[in-house]
Amino acid sequence: MTGLVQAFGSGAMTNSIADIPQARAILAIGTNTTEQHPVLSLQIKKAVRQHGAQLIVADPRRIELADFATLYLRVRPGTNPALLNGLAHVILAENLHDQAFIEARTENFDAWRAIVDKYPPERVSRITGVPADDIIRAARLYAENKPAAIFYAMGITQHVDGHQNVLTVANLALLTGNPGVPGGGVNPLRGQNNVQGSCDVGGLPNVYPGYQRVNDEAVRAKFAAFHGVEQPPPRPGLTLSEMLPAAKRGDVRAMLIMGENPVMSDPNSAHVRECLAALSFLVVQDIFLNETAEYADVVLPAAAYAEKDGTFTNTERRVQRVRQAFAPPGDARPDWQITRDLARRMGAPGWDYADPASILAEIAALTPIYGGITFDRLDGDGLQWPCPDAAHPGTPILHTMAFPRGRGLFSPVQHQPPPELPDDEYPFILTTGRVLQHWHTRTMTGRVGGLEFLAPDERVEVHTQDAARLGIADGDWIRVTSRRGSVTARARVFNRPQRGVIFMTFHYAEALANELTLNVFDPVSKIPELKVCAVRVERVPAPEGVSLES
Amino acid sequence: MIQSDRIVRTVCPYCGVGCKIDLHVKDRRVYRVTAPFAAPPNFGKLCVKGRFGHDFLWHPDRLTTPLIRREGTLQPAPWDEALDLVAARLSAIKAESGPDAIALLCSAKCTNEENYLMQKLARQVIGTHNIDHCARL
Ligand code: SF4
Repeated sequence: MTGLVQAFGSGAMTNSIADIPQARAILAIGTNTTEQHPVLSLQIKKAVRQHGAQLIVADPRRIELADFATLYLRVRPGTNPALLNGLAHVILAENLHDQAFIEARTENFDAWRAIVDKYPPERVSRITGVPADDIIRAARLYAENKPAAIFYAMGITQHVDGHQNVLTVANLALLTGNPGVPGGGVNPLRGQNNVQGSCDVGGLPNVYPGYQRVNDEAVRAKFAAFHGVEQPPPRPGLTLSEMLPAAKRGDVRAMLIMGENPVMSDPNSAHVRECLAALSFLVVQDIFLNETAEYADVVLPAAAYAEKDGTFTNTERRVQRVRQAFAPPGDARPDWQITRDLARRMGAPGWDYADPASILAEIAALTPIYGGITFDRLDGDGLQWPCPDAAHPGTPILHTMAFPRGRGLFSPVQHQPPPELPDDEYPFILTTGRVLQHWHTRTMTGRVGGLEFLAPDERVEVHTQDAARLGIADGDWIRVTSRRGSVTARARVFNRPQRGVIFMTFHYAEALANELTLNVFDPVSKIPELKVCAVRVERVPAPEGVSLES
Repeated sequence: MIQSDRIVRTVCPYCGVGCKIDLHVKDRRVYRVTAPFAAPPNFGKLCVKGRFGHDFLWHPDRLTTPLIRREGTLQPAPWDEALDLVAARLSAIKAESGPDAIALLCSAKCTNEENYLMQKLARQVIGTHNIDHCARL
């Protein structure tokens, strides 16, 4: 979310799920909302069907949301910044921009405009594969219908240039005066259920709780006083994508992993396994013995969400109560107890938390955006941060009067071709994502009978014409090979993917797309390039013991 | 039909929409899941995962005891022994190689309170900013 921090000064979804139906236009780009954020997609459908909003869907795959769209743009993987520059170009050329907003609330407009001028629809069409007329139409739909909301997810962020992608999204909203109004804004959809919260409370190497930077002297002084010890040096720690190579080099010798499964969720699994195997000491806390635990020296059994109290923060910044329904199984314990007891054993003073309420009270005391959030205020709807004090009602819409950084910043972004493009040997583009029925690495959903029944195995999506050329029929076994590895799975042949592009999930250990993907990272956000890599596809016989009908 | 004996309001464990859910519970089982109509963010609606995706809670594969690797295999151990071992090893590695030789991952599946404590463990107790999670994914 570094892109939005640069543009606005805050990286979170600007608006609320409840105000989506007020949008007159919606641009959904790089979000397969109906599968990834199903209940939120109902609000988008409601805006379209009951309130007549104009919906523009831009995605390499013809996803379900496209069925509700006024206009669907089948954009080539990895070309979103060019597309968004193209929309901005048209908006400027046709004088559909919001001059008053630009003057009153933004900066760097002229420098940005100089770059956007280089993206006329014809050029953008050549880069993106979207017809020039559709680019013009999309620009008009977005700019002429106000308020207009933008939604995006990992189709925007999960690229080597994801940070730049997000900037182009923010530029478009600034150009049209859409930040800070109900039914408008820029709305990154957070994937896992508490991604927002784990970032908010400092689960990042560059910030303390509440996005207070580790290199800010005043912040360091505050935490040094509170912690009663000198703080680590004022430079960011390692990100996950830096920790793993550091482990392989021997710079990182021990890791403590709570509720994550990097062997499955990280790009290039073989590399992750090598790195974990190189550690002198690995501790895994989880509810199941996951693939990462194969490398652990100690495994600690954790409580699941229904077995503990606490809070989660959703994608619209709403802090909500998590309540215990029953005790954890056997000797399993909530992670907060495990961490507390470990800290005490390591001699830390003041770790006498009796319950999660007392931990939230400490968070509130140290974290201005959570300053007024306490357990007893969360019995109803929950509270949306920023909520600085006990009387504050929370903030459904960000940036209504000003941006945290002052003025919104226009940032020029040029189109960059993806780092690995198809060639003769690897002629297809592989992109990755999720399906509705499963969740991430399936640690939880793989153990729910009904969900396994609905989506039991990997199906690699192949376009009908590509399949015909390669002699692949629906349900055939195929091998997908990249420069890093090879997996075998069954094909699903239809017209949802575009020609030359195949799609896999990262849910299934048996056919792990992450054996194939690149571990190249966005230099700013450190998000891996999971959306685009080059592969070869061939039909293979069914593996031994698998019946063809199943 | 089995009657649940209580209803517990909490939050769906899957995606970032964070739907409010009412778990209809008896013993260690969820028999039914509903959603409150008058409350954001979901106003009564749920998807297939929030409605039906809870059986993993009592799956026989759930970890129920700490495990320590002995002669290559993970073997059950009491909490005190497991936590003492972790504390001793982390302290030793910190003493030998410095705090930055330790890295921690917190989790987008855990609560705010749990993530907060994990970063506090990193910054205060171990003395490193090497803390991250899979939010980038
Ligand atoms: S019910 Fe579905 S949409 Fe709602 S939080 Fe759970 S997974 Fe997301």
